[in-house]
Amino acid sequence: MNQTYFEDVEVGSDLPTLRKDPTPQQLVKYAGASGDFYQIHYDVEYANNNGLPGIILHGALKNAFLGQLMTDYIGHHGSLKKLSCQYRGMDVPGTPVFAKGTVVKKYVENGENLVECEIWLENHEGQKTTPGYAIVSLPEKS
Amino acid sequence: MAESESVITQEMKDAIGVESKPTVYSIEKNAVMRFAQAIGDTNPIFTNEDEASKTPYKGMIAPPTFLRSMQHVSTGEDEGRIKSPYPANVDGGSEWEYFEPIRVGDTITSTTYLADVHERQGGKFGNMLIMIRETKYINQNNKTVALQRTTGISYQPQD
Repeated sequence: MNQTYFEDVEVGSDLPTLRKDPTPQQLVKYAGASGDFYQIHYDVEYANNNGLPGIILHGALKNAFLGQLMTDYIGHHGSLKKLSCQYRGMDVPGTPVFAKGTVVKKYVENGENLVECEIWLENHEGQKTTPGYAIVSLPEKS
Repeated sequence: MAESESVITQEMKDAIGVESKPTVYSIEKNAVMRFAQAIGDTNPIFTNEDEASKTPYKGMIAPPTFLRSMQHVSTGEDEGRIKSPYPANVDGGSEWEYFEPIRVGDTITSTTYLADVHERQGGKFGNMLIMIRETKYINQNNKTVALQRTTGISYQPQD
C-alpha cells in the first residue's frame, strides 16, 4: 500500500479519487454487516411509501466510502483524527459514486503533522451529495 | 403554509443530556472482515490478519465507521430512547473524532445521549424533526477510542 508523507503534501492538491459502483446487492450486504435493516435500503415499495423515488444508499455506507478515501490516502503509518459528512442528497444504486478530496490546510500541532481535507461524495452527474471534511496525521520521511 | 404545532414534547426536552445505558460490543475478526467486504474495502489492515500483523498496527483493526454497527446490535437498543412521532427517518450526517485504533479483540462500551432536538417546517420532506445525538466509545483499557455526533431527521411521508 502507498504511503503518503507529510513533506509531500501540497495545499490545494487532490486526493486520489475512489470510485464505487453500489448495487442493490451491496446495500443488502451492508445492511447485514452493519445491522441496519431499515427497509428504505432494499425494499422499493417501502421506499416509495416513504416518499422516496426508490431504494437509496445508507448514509453510513457513504460515510464508509469517505472513510476508505481517507484510510487509502494516509497509508498504514498515518492516522485518521476526524471524519465528518452531511447527507445533503440521496444516492441510488446502479450508478457510480466518486469519493473525492482536496487538501485545504497542513500544519503541526502538539508535535503532530496534521492535514485537513475537504472531502465529498459526487454522483455520476457531478453533484456533491455528501460534503464533509477530514483531519489526518501523517508521518515524516526522515 | 400555516405553521403547525410543535411535536417536541417535554419528555424530549427532559432527555437532552441524559446518558443512555451502556452497550457492550466485542470487536470480532469476522465481523470486521464482513464489514470491510460489504463496503468494498480490501485494505489488509481490515481484511488479512497476517498482512495486518506486519503493519505498525501489528494486527487487524476496524474501518473508521465500523463502530456504527454497535448501534444496531444492542438488545436494549430502544430502551429509554426518545422516539419521534414521525414514522419515516433519514440520516442527516455524521461527525467522528478518533483517538485510538479500534482493534480486533477489543471490548467497546458505548453510551449515547440526545444533545439537541429541533424542528424545521416545510423542508424537503415537509415538517421535520431533527435530533442530534452524541455517542462515546470506550475500550477495555478505559480509553476513549471515538466520539460520534449524528443528525437524525424524521418526517411524515406525504401522499
